[in-house]
Amino acid sequence: MKSEIENEMKLEFISKSANEAFARITVAAFASQLDPTIEELADIKTAVSEAVTNCIIHGYDKKQGIVKIFARLTENEIIIEISDKGKGIENIDIAKEPLYTTKPNLERSGMGFTIMESFMDKVDVESVVGLGTKVTMRKVIKNKVENEESDDEFEMITKE
Amino acid sequence: MESKFYEEDKLLIFKITDEIDDFSVQKIRRKADYEIERYMPKKVIFDFNSVTFMDSAGIGLIIGRYKFVKMLGGTVELANLTSSIRKIFEMSGILRLIPITNLEVS
Ligand SMILES: Nc1ncnc2c1ncn2[C@@H]1O[C@H](COP(=O)(O)OP(=O)(O)OP(=O)(O)O)[C@@H](O)[C@H]1O
Ligand SMILES: [Mg+2]
Repeated sequence: MKSEIENEMKLEFISKSANEAFARITVAAFASQLDPTIEELADIKTAVSEAVTNCIIHGYDKKQGIVKIFARLTENEIIIEISDKGKGIENIDIAKEPLYTTKPNLERSGMGFTIMESFMDKVDVESVVGLGTKVTMRKVIKNKVENEESDDEFEMITKE
Repeated sequence: MESKFYEEDKLLIFKITDEIDDFSVQKIRRKADYEIERYMPKKVIFDFNSVTFMDSAGIGLIIGRYKFVKMLGGTVELANLTSSIRKIFEMSGILRLIPITNLEVS
């Protein structure tokens, strides 16, 4: 039996680093409707933390602004958009390279995008200098698919 | 974060008890640097057993402490990494410089 969960949520908060934990915990709580494994939830939390931190420390720098999160659940996938109206990224390809950072003096390692890309299935970055940045991340929640498959198998076996 | 210094081995162990992100890392960094300067350890071990979350801020934290300890003539090791924390450190390449050590969970 397949249940069609479809759901959406929006979250907006001030660009303070104290909100990073709030943001990732809230998105993880929302994502838990898809029955993810503990590891999948940890991956989502880490990716959200990276994107939100980037909005706060790079997008808005020391200025105050609003970080927006829009998350959507389909049957077996979570899609998360995280955006700021900050300074934007000049060259997205270079920014995405491992170890590339514009803030080495603040002990940043330049691994944020690399972590997002490895922990999520797909990461898209749109950015306009002076207008802001939007990161869209998608992750298929396998746990649910696998569970349903094994249920189906079980039904087949019992029918035979 | 808790710390313990073993005088005879000049060993300083930090047991990180917070989540590690851009917000919490400032406090951890300040305390670590203060204790490192105070004890001038030969070896520093960061124990991750109680760390329930870490993002890229943890990479910067460990690289920064590694440079500082090295400058003072000591070494850094990492202990009790969860699989997700290990994955993040592996990606950054720092495990080539900073070894993982065995430390009993206290
Ligand atoms: N929202 C954003 N607004 C403006 N610039 C950004 C934004 N996100 C990322 N960048 C730019 O892309 C670079 C790479 O980002 P990435 O997250 O990979 O590394 P980092 O934030 O510098 O370091 P780390 O995430 O490892 O602490 C940043 O240094 C910054 O110049
Ligand atoms: Mg980053």
